[in-house]
Amino acid sequence: MTKLNRRGFLLASGATAATLSAPSILRAAADTIKVGGLHDLSGPLDASGIPMNQVLKLAIDEVNATGGLLGKEVEAVIYDPQSNMSLYSQYATQMALKDRVAVVQGGITSASRETIRPIFHRYQTLYFYNTLYEGGVCDRNEITLGTTPAQTVEQLIPHAMNLWGKKVYTIAADYNYGHITAAWVKRYVEANGGEVLETEFFPLDVTQFGSTISKIQAAKPDLVLSALVGTAHLGFYRQWAASGMKAEIPIASTTFAAGGTDAVILTPEEGNGILTSYGYYTSIDNPTNAAFKAKVKEAYPDDTPILSELSEVTWEGIMVWADAVRTAGSLDREALLEVMESGKSYDMPAGKVSIDPKTHHAIRDVYLAELQDQEFIIKETFPQVQPKDTQMVCNLEETPDANVHHEISLN
Amino acid sequence: MDYVLIIVIEMLRAISWLVLLASGLAIIFGMMRVINFAHGEFLMLGGYITIMSHNAGVNLWIAMLVLAPLCVGIFGILVERFIIRFLYGRILDSLLATWGLSLLMVGGVTLVFGNTVQGVSTPLGGVSIGAYQVPFYNFVLIGFAAVLMLAIWSVLKFTKAGLIARATMQNPDMAETLGIRTSWVYMATFGIGSAVTGLAGGLLAPLTGVVPSMGVNFVGQSFITVITGGASMIAGTLSASTLLGTISQGMTFLTGPVYGDAALLLTALVLLRVLPQGITGRIFKKSL
Repeated sequence: MTKLNRRGFLLASGATAATLSAPSILRAAADTIKVGGLHDLSGPLDASGIPMNQVLKLAIDEVNATGGLLGKEVEAVIYDPQSNMSLYSQYATQMALKDRVAVVQGGITSASRETIRPIFHRYQTLYFYNTLYEGGVCDRNEITLGTTPAQTVEQLIPHAMNLWGKKVYTIAADYNYGHITAAWVKRYVEANGGEVLETEFFPLDVTQFGSTISKIQAAKPDLVLSALVGTAHLGFYRQWAASGMKAEIPIASTTFAAGGTDAVILTPEEGNGILTSYGYYTSIDNPTNAAFKAKVKEAYPDDTPILSELSEVTWEGIMVWADAVRTAGSLDREALLEVMESGKSYDMPAGKVSIDPKTHHAIRDVYLAELQDQEFIIKETFPQVQPKDTQMVCNLEETPDANVHHEISLN
Repeated sequence: MDYVLIIVIEMLRAISWLVLLASGLAIIFGMMRVINFAHGEFLMLGGYITIMSHNAGVNLWIAMLVLAPLCVGIFGILVERFIIRFLYGRILDSLLATWGLSLLMVGGVTLVFGNTVQGVSTPLGGVSIGAYQVPFYNFVLIGFAAVLMLAIWSVLKFTKAGLIARATMQNPDMAETLGIRTSWVYMATFGIGSAVTGLAGGLLAPLTGVVPSMGVNFVGQSFITVITGGASMIAGTLSASTLLGTISQGMTFLTGPVYGDAALLLTALVLLRVLPQGITGRIFKKSL
């Protein structure tokens, strides 16, 4: 038996005391797996962020209800960046360094994503971006599950042109999403033998569309293609209906009701007939979706979120990650990425989803649907559409260290 | 020919629009030198009252023209009593306080009503002018802007209340010496200014998406119009709205909305460089 001297006793008791007095959060870290959630829960973007956050929490509960991961419980670490980019960077750093989360799900606008993506890249914190966007992110650390223009616009344009005619008038929001989407619209319209009569861009605070509506009447297009963004721009659909144009020229949109809420804010008379294309609609008819909708309804009976591609893809984000953790049997980023790059396909409410190893974007079913009485009715399904735009500029198998957002140039 | 007519109507509509947006702010600023940074949220409140009461079954016109101004006016009086009256003569402090109020109102409305409420369609439908169609509602806006300006002018010019208001505006100390209780005048002015803003919010509701954060889209235009117009309530609002509305709509027709916005800002910038006190600081000086 070793002799207990004074120094040895001090060391041993000191260590015990340190263990006992350590903050509970540090000790808990060993018992739970932390998942970061970074969505705008207040400010102008809260109408999109709150449903995403609700679904995120529901998905984490679902993972815990099916046994947790690696024998541990999954715990959500949620911050509210308040639609404010400096809070995004602050909370992202905090999640990566202080909370040491295993994965982060979040970011809504491209601006917020480009604020936090480089932070997670630097600290090697696995990151899922679950929003439809303009395409072009090339970063092995990010899994991008939402649709890009090459997936949706490519379906929407030929369909709308077949229905209504070849002359298109484009109206789009005046920032990078609008400009990039307008360029894609022009490319697909011309590829289908049509003509873009005019493209107009609108700053995000424009609320009066009278002049534009008169100009559209003067140009006499066969259809209007809208890539307008935000609640100020909702005024367009309202004023369009008010001038009696709704019965004359139909509208297709790459953005309308992307977050789900526009369809409810407009009255049926104003919204009926608008054609859109996204990766998810609540009306998708498959058992996984039925179960998903029932779970959401059960978890949030009073404040049921309006589901859209944004919130459904957030569910996918957690499920894909949880599946990778279970398959790899570890939380090691490299091991998880290898599982997700293996070309597995996942059965999701939106249909079959798999991850393109070259771009880390989703290969997924895309739908075309028309609004009727505030519900989208699916007109057509396009199975397993590739993110061709991002594939043009990104190959992570060749450049695994890439850390950029390409502005895909079409000129 | 039809197209020219359409452009003229559209410009008149844009001018009326600025008149409606800015009047409430101009009354408060012109009279009391208080900058109400929560102006956009007062508009939003007017819009919410309109759509909530319409969805509850109230006739749209009553909701828009009676309930919205009434409720926002009462709200304005409460704000004046509890916040603004302690801050007279302290422009920066009142700016900060009303900005805080605007954040509180956005949060409060989100909490109480939620951020997705079905709005109302624009009433009255479209009207054909040659080969074109415009909403008939445009003429309602133009009419209300004219009536509003006329009403404010008549009150200020021909009634005792108007006389008292003008006296207080010109020289509050002298007015007080003559037995006018200026603090009540201020309270009434703030209430009326708020009610006019509530009316604008109500008229706005059928034209745009009504959500808690909508105020920010309107507050810029309102302030630019008031500051460009200068201290006179009517002459200032009318001259600035006419100038800015014509230029921005003209540019929008010629090029597109991006340059329309830019032209509006550029005009305001040049005007304020040349006339730092606003249009009525130099011209129409004696007008109301």
